Amino acid sequence: MKYVRPESYEAASALLGEETGIARILSGGTDVLVQMRSEVVEPSLIVDLKHLDGMREIVAEDGGFRIGAAVSGAQLAEHEALCAAWPGVVEAAGLIGSSQIQSRASLAGNLCNGSPAADSVPAMVAADAVARVFGAEGFRDVPVAEIPVGPGKTNLKKGEFLISIYLPVRPERAGDAYLRFIPRTEMDIAVCSAGINLVTGEEGTCTEVRVALGAVAPTVILVEEAASALIGSKLDDGALKGLAAAVEAACRPIGDKRGTVEFRIKTAGVLARRAAEIAYQRAGAKQ
Amino acid sequence: MKMIPVSTRINGDEREFLCAPDETLLDVLRDRLGLTGSKEGCGTGDCGACSVMLNGRLVCSCLVLAAEAEGAEVDTIEGMAEGQVLHPMQRVFIEKAALQCGICTPGILVAAKALLEKNPDPSETEIRYWLAGNLCRCTGYDKIIRAVQEAAAEIRRLQP
Repeated sequence: MKYVRPESYEAASALLGEETGIARILSGGTDVLVQMRSEVVEPSLIVDLKHLDGMREIVAEDGGFRIGAAVSGAQLAEHEALCAAWPGVVEAAGLIGSSQIQSRASLAGNLCNGSPAADSVPAMVAADAVARVFGAEGFRDVPVAEIPVGPGKTNLKKGEFLISIYLPVRPERAGDAYLRFIPRTEMDIAVCSAGINLVTGEEGTCTEVRVALGAVAPTVILVEEAASALIGSKLDDGALKGLAAAVEAACRPIGDKRGTVEFRIKTAGVLARRAAEIAYQRAGAKQ
Repeated sequence: MKMIPVSTRINGDEREFLCAPDETLLDVLRDRLGLTGSKEGCGTGDCGACSVMLNGRLVCSCLVLAAEAEGAEVDTIEGMAEGQVLHPMQRVFIEKAALQCGICTPGILVAAKALLEKNPDPSETEIRYWLAGNLCRCTGYDKIIRAVQEAAAEIRRLQP
């Protein structure tokens, strides 16, 4: 195995493009090193990118935030403006692993690992976050929702890697939230999860809603029918029941030792309701 | 396999070593530098026995490649005492018997010290969540939590 720390994005892309064996990008290493250790992956090339420009920075851009691909969960939680604008995304990232893992794990790594149970991904999809992908032809911007295509699989092409994730500007009266179910209180993988992002009008009526679910399909899914159930409502009981029903209808989970199919479907609906209520309160708190 | 030269600073001292590309920081600390205070429990970032500080952040050294430590500041359990004088956290752990077999203890001490640097007066809940990545199979955790609380109180008294 080779370990390389290239001097530029271009050099990194060329290295990854030319590699004939298995290449892995090293950011926080909290997935890659575990996979190497357990011999799930035996890479011939490790490309360490986190020293490159912007990789470890959170920068304000057009009212939103550009988050470098190697920014850790701990850095997110320490950024006051980001926590105020996108508490759901920051909390979701903060649920990943222990304090030790939080020092290294990144949003981009969580996304590119491709787990349907990745905690930060439903929150980013609900936030309509955009990934900036670098490759041989320069960079392209891709909605986060389009990056994962199946368990452990992304649509990144050979030679491509994430350089940042962009969280857009927040309008007035906006809030987001993320909840997951785990059978303990810490250090576990989501059995199922829900991320909600909404904007309300002056009267408290939901005008824009995005609902994303984790661990109930081969990828994180955006459920437009569930969002429709809330739009135009003030989160009355009928709207919340409609949300839960639409969420349940969209779930197509596996059953395993951590949760049966029925449990995951039912719980996803409950989590979506509760997350919607938190996001709605947060939107109100900003009035 | 081509060896990689790495220059780093460990517990304040300049250290240089050669490592294989797939060697972890934990392996280098223990097997090349003789710093065997950091323990290998799981090797996959679950147990926290290998906790060290890397550039001021608490990490599992089993999930860091040694080559990544180039130019970094690493602080391990070996740097916690000042000569023969134990850090208050170390002393209180002994006084309160917050350990039995001792394998998890170096990692817990490093992690608890990191917490107090961020938050000098953590609640019991905050301590329990912060240390959730440090597994102990002997104590049942209560003595550890109480020792961290007592050490925190002592350190607060010492600092104006």
